[in-house]
Amino acid sequence: MELAFVIEKVVLVTLIFVVTLVIAMYSTLAERKVAGFMQDRFGPDRAGPFGILQPLCDGGKFFFKEEIIPAGAHKSLFILGPTIAIITACIGSAVIPWGQSLTIGDRVIELQVTDVNIGVLYMFGVVALGVYGIMLGGWASNNKFSLMGAVRAASQSISYELAMGLALIALLMVTQTLSLKEIVEQQSGFVNWNIWVQPLGFLIFLVCAFAECNRVPFDLPECETELIGGYNLEYSSMKLGLYMFSEYINMFVSSALMATLYFGGYNFPFMYDLGLSQNWITIIGVIVFFAKIFAFIFFFMWIRWTLPRFRYDQLMNLGWKVLIPLAIANIVLTGVITIINDTFF
Amino acid sequence: MVGGNDMQSLSNRKKVFEQKPMGFWERIYLPAIFKGLSITIKHFFKPIPTVRYPEVERPYSKNFRGQHSLKRDEEGRERCTACGLCALSCPAEAITMIAAERQKGEEHLYREEKYAAVYEINMLRCIFCGLCEEACPKEAIYLDGPHVTADYLRKDFIYGKDKLVEPRFDYKEKHEPTA
Ligand code: SF4
Ligand code: SF4
Repeated sequence: MELAFVIEKVVLVTLIFVVTLVIAMYSTLAERKVAGFMQDRFGPDRAGPFGILQPLCDGGKFFFKEEIIPAGAHKSLFILGPTIAIITACIGSAVIPWGQSLTIGDRVIELQVTDVNIGVLYMFGVVALGVYGIMLGGWASNNKFSLMGAVRAASQSISYELAMGLALIALLMVTQTLSLKEIVEQQSGFVNWNIWVQPLGFLIFLVCAFAECNRVPFDLPECETELIGGYNLEYSSMKLGLYMFSEYINMFVSSALMATLYFGGYNFPFMYDLGLSQNWITIIGVIVFFAKIFAFIFFFMWIRWTLPRFRYDQLMNLGWKVLIPLAIANIVLTGVITIINDTFF
Repeated sequence: MVGGNDMQSLSNRKKVFEQKPMGFWERIYLPAIFKGLSITIKHFFKPIPTVRYPEVERPYSKNFRGQHSLKRDEEGRERCTACGLCALSCPAEAITMIAAERQKGEEHLYREEKYAAVYEINMLRCIFCGLCEEACPKEAIYLDGPHVTADYLRKDFIYGKDKLVEPRFDYKEKHEPTA
């Protein structure tokens, strides 16, 4: 491994890390702003112009709060909970292709940390790991409500991971590859986006993504009204901050994943017809990709301030009796259409 | 039987609520979700009625009753004669005072022979009804000030004469040169 390669990757990882954290930070502000506008008010606007310093104030406040570990809590697991939550949230972005390659001098720099050929599986594994943070935290708190939240999180993520996986299988039948880079490359232009061939799959994936991120209307693990905060009830100070932060990072990563899988990633219409040089296509592609991600994040927030929370039995009904059969039907449908396509056209 | 379900509706606005099982479109939630989303996005672009208070102030109504002020007459003397009618009329028992007799040489300070040496209104008790203003025979008290602002301690809400008596805008010209 040559040195330049290592430096290149380290810089890229650091950059992605910083961007992820900054976006997560400003998602907290955006969330409150969106909530404000949707409720006919301004949202926070006192800290700096338009409230842009608000996330810093919130972060600072978290650091200065008293750190409490309950007497009956399992100390090491209690600390491990938010750690796992934040780490799994952050490592998901490793396989996402942020753009094509940049050519600087005679070096070609890929804007993706690693193009593992099982990118989709890796992503899936990381998402599944994320629930351990919540479970450990909820169990280690030694509090009935926290435990209840943890149990809910576990069963919810198992139920929805199934449907998510099945939706992905239908997608993989179309793309024939597990590498995210190749999936994006296949979708160049506009008409090749996977959303046009897998609309139902996307819908299922979207619903499951909401459930996996514990966002409204599936935020039952933290459900303020019944569980007074659920798994993070006993957490204070920056540990609580990490939990909340990981929720926003998850939201960012799953937005990126949805944009990658279904909305063409960094591809934009007419990207090869405008006569741009490769570097410019890459740069515009990255911008377009982030625009798609922000659109998804906005959609997450939009849903949050529109829908009420599901009841737990409704959640389970939706997961097992609606989404999984639908996803299976989608697989069958995709298979049939593929065969018809192959034999007749 | 009086009341109950068979009671006659007098207004004809009675609606019988039946719980029907959800239809197909209701069960797949999506139409309702889109409807909800369209409502929230409409609000997203609506003009916001918020008044950014410390920077922008909404005009007060003409008969707004705010913080009390104890008035002076045209020569800058306090009008209040400590008759106690305001305190008597106050339904919230917010006003107390200690009267004192005007000494020789104080004629430029107090208009009447008796004046309020201490005059206190407890702003936490006051309900801003304006009865004190109505009761005063000397036109000495008016609720023409701004809002009573928030504070940290209860004792700071008891406003004394230092906060209530209106500033003596012509004091300098009339009295300071001679004093
Ligand atoms: S406004 Fe009413 S409640 Fe307040 S001091 Fe005057 S009489 Fe009392
Ligand atoms: S304010 Fe008016 S009513 Fe009250 S004590 Fe003074 S003169 Fe009397």
